[in-house]
Amino acid sequence: MNRLLRILALLAFVPVLARAAPEPIKVGALFSVTGPAAFLGAPEARTLEMRVQELNAKGGIAGRPVQLVLKDTGASPEKAVSFARQLIEEEKVFAIIGPSTSGESMAVKALAEEGKTLLLSAAAAEAIVNPVLPHVFKVAPRDSYAVEVLFQRMKKMGITRIGFLSSNTGFGKGGKEQVERLAPQYGITLAVNDVYDKNATDLTAEVTKLKAASVQAILNWSIEPAQSIVVKNARQIGLTVPIFQSHGFANLQYVKAAGSAAEGVIFPASRIVVADQLQAGNPQKPVVEAYRKAYEARYGEDVSTFGGHAWDAFGILVQAIEQVGPDRVKVRAAVENMKGFVGTAGIFNFSPTDHNGLDIGAFELCTVKNGRFAPLGG
Amino acid sequence: MTRPGLPAPARVALLAVAVVAVQLATQASGRGFYLTQLTMTGYYALVVLGLSLLMGYAGQISLGQAGFFAIGGYAAAFLSTIDVSAQRALPAFALATRMGLLVARPDLYGGTTLGVNPWAGLVLGVGLASGVAFAVGVPVLRLRGHYLAMATLAFGTIVSAVAVGTQRLGAADGISGVPPFPILPGVRIGGGSADRVANYYLAWGLVALAMLLLGNLVRSRTGRALRAIHGAEDAARAMGVDAARMKVRVFVLAAAMAAAAGVLLTHYVGGIGPSEASVMKSVRYVAMVAVGGMGSLWGALSAAAVLEFLSLRGVFGAHDDAVFGGILVLVMLFAPDGILSFRARGIVEKLRGRPARPGEGT
Amino acid sequence: MTLDLALQYLVAGLTYGAIYVVVAIGFNIVYSATGIINFAQGEFVMLGGMIAVQASRSMPLPAAIALAVAAAAAVGALVEVAFLRWLRKPTVLRMVVITIGVSILLREGALFLWGEGVRSLPYFTGDEVSSVGILGARISPQVFWVLGTVALIVGALEWFYRRTLLGWEMQACAANKDAASLCGVPVRRLVTLSFAMAAAIGALAGAVVSPITYTSYAAGGPLAIKGFTVAILGGLGNSGGAVAAGLALGVVESFAVSVLPAAYKDVVTLSLLLAVLVVRPSGLFASGEAARLKEF
Repeated sequence: MNRLLRILALLAFVPVLARAAPEPIKVGALFSVTGPAAFLGAPEARTLEMRVQELNAKGGIAGRPVQLVLKDTGASPEKAVSFARQLIEEEKVFAIIGPSTSGESMAVKALAEEGKTLLLSAAAAEAIVNPVLPHVFKVAPRDSYAVEVLFQRMKKMGITRIGFLSSNTGFGKGGKEQVERLAPQYGITLAVNDVYDKNATDLTAEVTKLKAASVQAILNWSIEPAQSIVVKNARQIGLTVPIFQSHGFANLQYVKAAGSAAEGVIFPASRIVVADQLQAGNPQKPVVEAYRKAYEARYGEDVSTFGGHAWDAFGILVQAIEQVGPDRVKVRAAVENMKGFVGTAGIFNFSPTDHNGLDIGAFELCTVKNGRFAPLGG
Repeated sequence: MTRPGLPAPARVALLAVAVVAVQLATQASGRGFYLTQLTMTGYYALVVLGLSLLMGYAGQISLGQAGFFAIGGYAAAFLSTIDVSAQRALPAFALATRMGLLVARPDLYGGTTLGVNPWAGLVLGVGLASGVAFAVGVPVLRLRGHYLAMATLAFGTIVSAVAVGTQRLGAADGISGVPPFPILPGVRIGGGSADRVANYYLAWGLVALAMLLLGNLVRSRTGRALRAIHGAEDAARAMGVDAARMKVRVFVLAAAMAAAAGVLLTHYVGGIGPSEASVMKSVRYVAMVAVGGMGSLWGALSAAAVLEFLSLRGVFGAHDDAVFGGILVLVMLFAPDGILSFRARGIVEKLRGRPARPGEGT
Repeated sequence: MTLDLALQYLVAGLTYGAIYVVVAIGFNIVYSATGIINFAQGEFVMLGGMIAVQASRSMPLPAAIALAVAAAAAVGALVEVAFLRWLRKPTVLRMVVITIGVSILLREGALFLWGEGVRSLPYFTGDEVSSVGILGARISPQVFWVLGTVALIVGALEWFYRRTLLGWEMQACAANKDAASLCGVPVRRLVTLSFAMAAAIGALAGAVVSPITYTSYAAGGPLAIKGFTVAILGGLGNSGGAVAAGLALGVVESFAVSVLPAAYKDVVTLSLLLAVLVVRPSGLFASGEAARLKEF
């Protein structure tokens, strides 16, 4: 502990020495880069790092570089809290992007508000911004929109009896709540409603249960490889009913993993995944294409919807700072009143009563054709 | 294993001095925010101390301490965040409110909720964990070695699975919005930066108290009996030590300490998640005990203080787990009696390749 | 429940069970030779899958799998030589702790090398949707590969232990290390061999099963827990028991899904483990029947 204090005392001199350079704007980030939510946090972290570098290469914001302070919370709420306090009180970051999961976002909400630090969460739970706290925003669309888009389609297809499977993660749980709540409104019965473990490696028994219940369609809500396993197992046992998935499926690696079983799966997604197939006039097209190209070129892997949240959050923050300058109070108000921001997840229209800014149009219903994503027509 | 050197009360006094010194230093250097992580470190240290007693003195391995921590934490979180204001008119609830068992609180959005008094949560959480420890301990502590390790591992995993699988406990998201615990007049566990200093002293005050009490226990007849069990259980039994009973008692004590730490930390952080019950957390506690030296309370405390603090500050980055895994391996290879007993000579011997005797080395 | 559904659950259960059996056999091999429970066994299975996938990008499938098995065997031997042989005061506590540490390091190493994504080999025959119909149930051809491979492993081990000199020496080691040593059995080398074997068969199973289950850096942990459970149920060191217990557990879990909420499936398995440990730590098959099943 002594040595630590000595080192810190030395470090205290550094700002004095560094006064010559323009003071950086510190942006904090809390993502679950490793651990059970790595599928969410790792692309988010990579996207953010990429954007910050790009921005700094162009001179930063008004000549000031952006300094990213990124912490890996491993999806633990207690780490999220510890790091949040560190970012707010010690690093005095201008704003925090993240956390990746709803559980962590709920844990750090009050801290961000108390520390009057802007929080742009990448998690989906409605409760994060409802009721509204002045400094807390979220850039991920609500799970209920995803569910509604799917249910609307099911209604159109005349489906009334489905088998619902979800994983025991925060993501799965969020979807489950919305599915259970909205199903009656669309006249849909959940003949089977089961939760499986996120580490499940074979779900044949679960899909057999669905076959036994004679469901007209399968809806699966998870973010793990289980998404591909469900699809495969279902087709293997001869279930030919339509399969619907959550927006967690919007990553080509899951399609590749499921191979030919993934053909025809229907799921909602942000327009990132069908960027090349959007109409020329679509306002989101340039944004999503740019993101996709940059990400795939730099990291050599497929984009996912979740990385896009980091893109959007950072973009919103930067736009606000460029509009009103690096003043915390003004930036908060600027974000709160931002309209028409074109992001990867949709077009954001914030207001003092709506700190999410997205509507159901954020989601595009997609399907898999010949191993690639395509918008689902009709 | 009585150590030469300062008598115990003097050591505790030294600890107190160090605690105050650190706080003043952070204040002077404007780094008051370290206190948050130091406070959390203090609570985790309580878990490690209990485990040190169990593993070091009684020689019983436990890979399930995080389970007891979680039982305490979830009990406190669940009870303090339920809202029974809809039933406040019913006679039983009205009585409970008058007795102070239920307390009304303003929530974040301007309404009022009626939840269980945090003191009741503390008592229930520790009580439940102790009860479970007793129920599990009596049969399980009859096992030795690998079987005991696996049984405690299974227990910890069960708690983790229940936490993740139960909707009422928040499933994967855990429970958040846990209110502060007004433990003393004017002092509450939790709250914001204003309460930081008070929280710090409270946590480390409890650690000092634990060191005092555990130190006395270790030096007493009970402590000697424990060490006898660790050394040679059958011989101890032959001498009249009721080994089975002692082991269960220490197991329960360690569980109670872990649960108490769980309750208090949950109030401090304002929530809890299933990650606190995970096997990885139990492994970390074991690593900290191993580094500090199995038979040393002070060693365990120092190891916990340093390692947990660094981890909470994110010094290990995304490689947190790898660091603790590596620590386990290195300590077991080179310093099985703890880092303080690390001897360079031992390494040289090994590298030179001492001839092995039959049966050794596996 | 109709026959075809029951058969479907049964086959699913046998598939899970076969995977558990292989992990349990790996534990047993090491336990018999050394008395150590190697908590890193799950990671060997994971490594088999990961290395095979990596290799399959530049060589044909059988070669990739052979490479993965050899590489895993090397890692297993290395683990024993580097970490366990050196233990100065080898108490059970220390061995348990060290193998846990090793399993964490292997897992984090995999994360570092391959990231958090999931991988799998292509199906050996057919693809993701092909299935064979038997009495109304539909089964993926890969399942036959898995069951076949596990049967092959069990058979080969049986032959090894009964019919080869090396196998006899390992049995001698398991029965009484000091006596074996006095008889000239190279105990230390056999210990290393046992780790290499356990790693090799784990890796083979991991590769064969990856088309069905995928593998990723964290896949080892949950497998290890299920594997322990099966090894304990069948009796530590008793591989015949492991086969019976593993298949039985897999089938029970599978049928349980038809009635219980899947969320508590693991709680049931773990409580069973706890109960067996407390009541009958030598396993369910500890007498009579099991005495006839060879203990290796």
